[in-house]
Amino acid sequence: MSNAPVDNSRRRFLTIATSVVGGVGAVGAAVPFIASWNPSERAKSAGAPVEVDISKLEPGQLIRVEWRGKPVWVIYRTPKMLEQMKQHEGQLRDPNSDEAQQLNSAKNTYRSQREEIFVAVGICTHLGCSPTFMNGGFGEKVEGTADGFFCPCHGSKFDMAGRVFQNVPAPLNLEIPPYTFLDDTTILVGEEEEVA
Amino acid sequence: MTDKYEEQSAGVDTTAKSGGIVSSVVNWIDDRIPMTRVWNMHIAQYPAPKNFNFWYLFGSLAILVLVNQIVTGIWLTMNFVPSAEGAFASVEYIMRDVEYGWLLRYLHSTGASAFFVVVYLHMFRGMIYGSYQKPRELLWLFGMLIFLALMAEAFMGYLLPWGQMSFWGAQVIISLFGAIPVIGEDLTLWIRGDYVISGATLNRFFALHVIALPLVLVILVFLHIVALHEVGSNNPDGIEVKRKKGSVADEDKPKFKFHEYYTNKKDVIDAIPFHPYYTVKDVLGVAGFLILFCWVVFFMPEMNGFFLEAPNFEAANPLKTPEHIFPVWYFTPFYAILRAIPDKLAGVVAMGASIVVLALLPWLDRGKVRSIRYRSIWHKLNIAQFVVTFLILGWAGATPQTVFSTILSQICTVTYFMFFVLLYVYSKNEVTKPLPTRLTK
Repeated sequence: MSNAPVDNSRRRFLTIATSVVGGVGAVGAAVPFIASWNPSERAKSAGAPVEVDISKLEPGQLIRVEWRGKPVWVIYRTPKMLEQMKQHEGQLRDPNSDEAQQLNSAKNTYRSQREEIFVAVGICTHLGCSPTFMNGGFGEKVEGTADGFFCPCHGSKFDMAGRVFQNVPAPLNLEIPPYTFLDDTTILVGEEEEVA
Repeated sequence: MTDKYEEQSAGVDTTAKSGGIVSSVVNWIDDRIPMTRVWNMHIAQYPAPKNFNFWYLFGSLAILVLVNQIVTGIWLTMNFVPSAEGAFASVEYIMRDVEYGWLLRYLHSTGASAFFVVVYLHMFRGMIYGSYQKPRELLWLFGMLIFLALMAEAFMGYLLPWGQMSFWGAQVIISLFGAIPVIGEDLTLWIRGDYVISGATLNRFFALHVIALPLVLVILVFLHIVALHEVGSNNPDGIEVKRKKGSVADEDKPKFKFHEYYTNKKDVIDAIPFHPYYTVKDVLGVAGFLILFCWVVFFMPEMNGFFLEAPNFEAANPLKTPEHIFPVWYFTPFYAILRAIPDKLAGVVAMGASIVVLALLPWLDRGKVRSIRYRSIWHKLNIAQFVVTFLILGWAGATPQTVFSTILSQICTVTYFMFFVLLYVYSKNEVTKPLPTRLTK
């Protein structure tokens, strides 16, 4: 081989040229395989807004609706629930909702457009479980706070405005979806005109 | 065999080529693929140390379970419907209406747990006898890759019945990738193929579970065995049975014929051929294993909720997480480490590190003596605490989170990693017992 009449520079050029072109081709061929894992057009279009009738919602009650495959909670908070929220602000990660987990319309103490009606995506910001609503029994998790949400998976705690407590795995407050009050008893979840 | 091909194949050993129709068929095949040579090299004339004990059964048992999973898995796919609408009902259909469907499913679900039982024992064997040490590092790494592929395989398989635990377990595990900075959220979207776990996720997990990962597993097992046969098996004494050429006196050499591939380069001592000695021993192990395995399959296939969890008898409900959610028992030690740390990214990193650090064992253990039999008391204590730690983590990961279980998990997370730190420290100048020159009983 070593003393065969070979034009080594020509061979090297052809080997490199073939490798480069072949490599580009391999990367190109990988694109459809990787891209086909992305959400399909049908999955992308399935995100239509949903209407929620809250005329029968009792104080202290939670209802779940499905929006984009996720649970969305609508809760009628009692005055007692609203009152206790100011007491534990020192124990929260983000009491003023500085992280962008809500639109501006919900960037307030109660994280809602109307004080008593709370709308949130019921998915823990840690690893995606749906926290349990502990109506009256939350005191065993956080002393002095009667109501809140406790995630059964990894023990994250949220108050009645979906604000996350400190020293739990969840890093962020619960997400507030865009929503609009169509009238006093109907909410449209998934659409909101953003007012800057 | 008087055709032209025979004449062309000069150099072929023809001494064994006589006799009846069987040997002429064997000869015909051997002229075309190296059947007899591979059989001799890897089975009939493979030199295995003569002192293998109970712990050496689990490699062959793992292959047995792999075969069980593949065969029962193929049969299950014949009736399973991989869609969000059909999956749960099709599993019920298999359980109730398909002839022996319940048996096929229980063999498969019990086999998954059995796989981890034998693999954990197999890995523990490697740890106590130092089987990961030089020159078996690559063998150990292939083993760790098998462990990883097995975990992926088990996780994806668990989504398929589309029960509550399937759904929320997958939700948690896929969300782990979301902890990766910058690309995390897009990555989880890409893995799911939807904004939530949906039929798209189920379908791709089905494809990976029944085709892609089994192929990867089989290839890795093949490489694991190729690597094993190249370096040779370790043994409970942790000393080599292949010695320098010319260093073993003829009267000390075993009276067996070993393949020249091994005897040309090295002298073999205290070894026996894998077949029939260890094939027969392994068959005994298989019989014992099958008694236990069948007892579980027939009398307690759910294993009190550890093999098949109660919430999984309810169809997936994306709006409601079960009150208590745990992974299946074989993931709970790592799950406990994840839960122990009250920070999303740090928890995920710690869990990943707990597996990576195992793969690094060949380089963390700086000792020259392999077997626990001849190592220091510190090593024995360290391995003992590691076993206790692993069991406590397994328990903690399978119980509802309380203040007590969290603190316990945090302590054990520390002791888990301390095993490796301590090993690295004391193994450098460890005081060990003198090694024997020959294998002991």
